[in-house]
Amino acid sequence: MAPRLKIAIVEQDEDRARLIVDGLSAAGDYDITVLGDATSLTRRLAAIDPDVVLIDIADPSRDALEMLSLASGARERPVAMFVDRSDDETTRAAIEAGLSAYVVDGLAPARIKPVMDAAIARFNMVSQMKSELDAVKSALAERKIVDRAKGLLMQARGISEDEAYTLLRRTAMGQGRKLADVAQALVTAAELLK
Amino acid sequence: MSLEPVRCGFIPLVDCAPLAVARDLGFAAEEGIALILEKQPSWSALRDALVFGLTDCAHMLSPVPVAMSLGLGGLPTRIDALMVLSVNGNVIGVRPEIAAAMRADGWSGRFDDPRGTGEHLIRATGGALRLAVPFPFSMHAELVYHWLGALGVSAPGGLDMRTVPPPLMPRALARGEIDAFCVGEPWGSYAVEQGSGELILPGAAIWAFAPEKVLAARHDWVETNPDTAGRLMRALARASRWLSDRGNRAMAGDLLSRPEYLDVPPMIIDRALAGRIITARRGLEAEAPNFLHFHAKAATFPWRSQAAWIASNIARRTGLDRGEAIATGKRAFRSDLYRRNLAPLGIDMPGASEKLEGSLRRAEAVASSRGHMILGPDSFFDETVFDPDTP
Repeated sequence: MAPRLKIAIVEQDEDRARLIVDGLSAAGDYDITVLGDATSLTRRLAAIDPDVVLIDIADPSRDALEMLSLASGARERPVAMFVDRSDDETTRAAIEAGLSAYVVDGLAPARIKPVMDAAIARFNMVSQMKSELDAVKSALAERKIVDRAKGLLMQARGISEDEAYTLLRRTAMGQGRKLADVAQALVTAAELLK
Repeated sequence: MSLEPVRCGFIPLVDCAPLAVARDLGFAAEEGIALILEKQPSWSALRDALVFGLTDCAHMLSPVPVAMSLGLGGLPTRIDALMVLSVNGNVIGVRPEIAAAMRADGWSGRFDDPRGTGEHLIRATGGALRLAVPFPFSMHAELVYHWLGALGVSAPGGLDMRTVPPPLMPRALARGEIDAFCVGEPWGSYAVEQGSGELILPGAAIWAFAPEKVLAARHDWVETNPDTAGRLMRALARASRWLSDRGNRAMAGDLLSRPEYLDVPPMIIDRALAGRIITARRGLEAEAPNFLHFHAKAATFPWRSQAAWIASNIARRTGLDRGEAIATGKRAFRSDLYRRNLAPLGIDMPGASEKLEGSLRRAEAVASSRGHMILGPDSFFDETVFDPDTP
């Protein structure tokens, strides 16, 4: 039987890393290492000597991994960016999920495929969670700014909270702008006039 | 008339200016193009987006199309360099402790002395220099190999060359993981402002005319969209000409400082645009001639001899056949398309598409399609002359 595949995951966010590790562990028996710190990445990777390296496409330290594909020393194993032209579907799915993978040359596609599939599924899940989190955060931020704008209007014009809100909303609709944008403009202007 | 969308990947650097100007000052729209600029997180991501067709073209390190034509780096894909977007513009910096050690050893602190500065740097790091560049296939790497190689230091023995993304370089310097870096502006000046680095040499002092970024596109895209490629090239040629006007510098700096581009204060960006570099915190301003060209001296022309020089160096380091690598690499620089697409714009064309790289020690007038054009200097600090025909 072939030895366990060694997989290295480059990911600074601990929660994301854990999600990816869990997904891979569920898919098979792998020897997984997480590299959380981007510094001296290549040296540490050389020490681990993984078969597969998984990294977020948007991670700027990806460029350091490009060095791996140039390793030409006798003891170093050549690494290719995963993307087997014969499996365009997996490649495209990986790119769309924001995943890039570096795979040691000569590894059988049948051994890589389950790793890629599991990693793609997790990367998709992680990015979906991130966009949901971002949406919640921005909704919170919007509510705060609208509250501040309402407060300013109530104070300046001596109107009720409901009236202030209606005024903001009517202005936004009249100008074809978002409520939060109008509120932000008001808050900014008030700060300038202070 | 509706505009044709063209998607272009770029990395936030001062030398993405022609793209920003082409979009925001309307040069692209004049050619019927809606230029969509997509900021990329890394050079490998920029390359992959181009290869997979997520973008149509890209602001690319000049050695990348050559390396890819040799089958190195990323997926085997034929990428063409349609024109040069910028010449020079890199700086070499060190940790302030290293600069101090160099001074204590009698270094002049001059910004225009590649030999003296290089020798002091080698001495100060005791023959084990750790130097970071942004990408393995980059003019940064080529310049450093050439510079230190001429001074007797080469990788892997005396030189530990690393890849560090520019935004992480100040941190790598501060933590003492690297001694020096070669990086494109504004990141060198940014390290100075942060107090993590001191600049010791402009790239132009090593090679006075180094093609830095190119406009790259997939060969098959260029073949199937010849008209679009031509209009894009004309828009960028006009943007480059606009950038060469001193009067437009302040506006270019303001434009680049915007969040969608560099998100760095214009006062830091202006240094590269004006070639006046502040080398150390609270330091003096150094005049750096030929620091960065967008247009002057036929800067946008993709000389096949430039591609040959890059291919020759990569071949030597990776053990490829040099003659074959040069022949293959040259094809990636499309001087033929440049002539075809930009001649109608009245742009002056050189008589040949290859030259002896490094032969001009000062500016000289040479024969061109419209009479004479000024080229040079393009010399190497060690007086190397590269003849693309005698590898």
